[in-house]
Amino acid sequence: MDALLTQLPIAAAVGAVLLLAALGLNFTFGQMGVINMAHGEFLMVGAYTAFALQAWAGLGGSAVLVALPVAFAVTALMGLALERGLIRHFYGRPLDTLLLTFGVSLLLQQLARDVFGAPNVDVAAPSWLAGGTGVLGVWLHHSRLFIILLAAVAVVAIALYIGRSRSGRYMRAVLHDRDLAAVSGIPVGRVDAATFAVGSGLAGVAGVALALIGPIGPSIGSSYIVDAFLVVVVGGLGQLRGAVIAAFALGALNAYSELWTGASLAKVVVFAVIIAFLQARPQGLFSVKTRALA
Amino acid sequence: MRRRTFLAAALAGTGAALTGGCAPSGPGVTRDTVRVGMLHSLSGTMAISEVTVRDAVLLAVERVNAAGGVLGRRIEPVVEDGASDEVTFADKARKLLMSDRVAAVFGGWTSASRKAMLPVFEAEDGLLFYPVQYEGMESSPNIVYTGATTNQQIVPALDHLRGQGHTRIHLVGSDYVFPRTANRVISAYAEAHGIEITGTDYTPLGHTEYTTVTAKIARARPDAVFNTLNGDSNVAFFKQLRSSGITADDMPVLSVSVAEEEVGGIGPEILDGHLVAWNYFQTTDTPENRDFVAAFQDEYGPRRVTSDPMQSAYNAVHLWAAAAEAAGGFDTGAVREAAAGLTIDAPEGPVTFDAESQHLAKTARIGRIGGDGAITEVANSGGPITPDPYLAGYDWAAPIRP
Repeated sequence: MDALLTQLPIAAAVGAVLLLAALGLNFTFGQMGVINMAHGEFLMVGAYTAFALQAWAGLGGSAVLVALPVAFAVTALMGLALERGLIRHFYGRPLDTLLLTFGVSLLLQQLARDVFGAPNVDVAAPSWLAGGTGVLGVWLHHSRLFIILLAAVAVVAIALYIGRSRSGRYMRAVLHDRDLAAVSGIPVGRVDAATFAVGSGLAGVAGVALALIGPIGPSIGSSYIVDAFLVVVVGGLGQLRGAVIAAFALGALNAYSELWTGASLAKVVVFAVIIAFLQARPQGLFSVKTRALA
Repeated sequence: MRRRTFLAAALAGTGAALTGGCAPSGPGVTRDTVRVGMLHSLSGTMAISEVTVRDAVLLAVERVNAAGGVLGRRIEPVVEDGASDEVTFADKARKLLMSDRVAAVFGGWTSASRKAMLPVFEAEDGLLFYPVQYEGMESSPNIVYTGATTNQQIVPALDHLRGQGHTRIHLVGSDYVFPRTANRVISAYAEAHGIEITGTDYTPLGHTEYTTVTAKIARARPDAVFNTLNGDSNVAFFKQLRSSGITADDMPVLSVSVAEEEVGGIGPEILDGHLVAWNYFQTTDTPENRDFVAAFQDEYGPRRVTSDPMQSAYNAVHLWAAAAEAAGGFDTGAVREAAAGLTIDAPEGPVTFDAESQHLAKTARIGRIGGDGAITEVANSGGPITPDPYLAGYDWAAPIRP
């Protein structure tokens, strides 16, 4: 019982990391159907942004906070360039897009190796994020609380963007019926670009959070990309609440099976459960009925 | 030869090897030169560690050459990249032996890479100098193991923990052959000596999420942690252990794969007071080590550190050169025969080649990491320990012997 309680904040933190990594993908893959293999490298760029601000701009611990908006801007611009420059020419050709973005991901990894060096680098957390607090016998790591908070803020911001803003409405319209949206005067091309940029920017924010957990290396993205895709698939394509539930469910499954089996076996358990789940519900937790997808 | 020209020559060798595949052709030994292979991961996840070993081997080659070479011949290194991939290691080993016809190969780090190269060296009757401490249970006549085997590192480390009165130990390791074999040895030792293992946790290589592991450790309240994690995972593990409020005063972590190079990457303030087990530290007080550290920093810069695997690789070149001199030739069998009982004064102190096990007798040392990143010795075995890769001399090890 004691162990179950201690594991709760850990499960929430693992879920929050998964959610942050998957939120951007929920836009680019979930909404637009683009299998962007370079999404993991946008995470990496976000993490290196925090490093660069700390090591090169000399911002110290506060670099992590400054890095959040900066990383969003940097990766959003990169996403915009990728979508406008390459991906839009390959809409409707998922296999080509997959290979293309895989190539981009290798390119970005090599670039990181050349700019930042092959050995991994480290971002020092601000002093108020190092350490932790014991509450009723449960240990709370401050950095994990920060990540949970960041995920919550990101989810609220996305919900407001999709539900309340003009470009959010456009985005939903294009998702529901692309042709009808186009004849209604919605600039679908620009909506695609904006959606892709926002999704990429979110990856940058998630990357900053990853910098708080462990070392940053050129291949950090590839260790999260599969998990991020899993969250989106399990949650249902383009479904925000699906992604939230899926991320925390997978986080809990991971944390609790690691408690009983160990980290290596926990991954196996998670994959086995996902395979079983997708057999029963191939469309994920939630699905949207649209003509576009029909 | 000065550093620039030497490195340029070495790199040119690599370039030629990469482009041609058969480029340095002809016999491996001429009247003026003798070719040796250097096979380390210069790319991929292991590059961070193995590049430092290559640097140490290049330094040793340069110094032997400066002193007149081996049997009057200049050593010519052929550098290959194992690319952190064991299949590549086997392929490149075959290429070095069959196409370049090198007299010896210095290389390898992970046990996976060694196990992949082993059949190649046995089939071609080549000679591989393997520089890293490992899990034991092996003694190929075609491999010279210049790092520690189990009874020269892990067993002395356990003796030390027991001597400190630690009776409850938690095991944390990466999920592959070395930690799993090492933990079998540790468990057998614990069983025989009344030590309780409070838990064993394996994580995949490159794992960074250690909050569950640290929570398990905090709950189990062991006296000490025995850490066989490899690579970057150590950074995440120690950081998260510290943010769980556990310090070296509460429960020391004894690591067997954290050396000077890794200490800098993890951050010395986080490691302050934790323990490591090796045969050599940069601070080891011998005239040979002062000379080695000075020469290394002169070559590669004053901020570079030296570590146990680097030192073992450096020794390997000197051991091979001395054995070839004694043999009067470079033939594998003759060199092996001449090496038997050969002692060299290494930076870690005297080491002696034990022909029966193909390992070196060496002194075990336990070190404490300071807040400044330097490792200082707190205990040693008092003299070289005879290598015993199969733990034949230890009754408690009977259940795990092959």
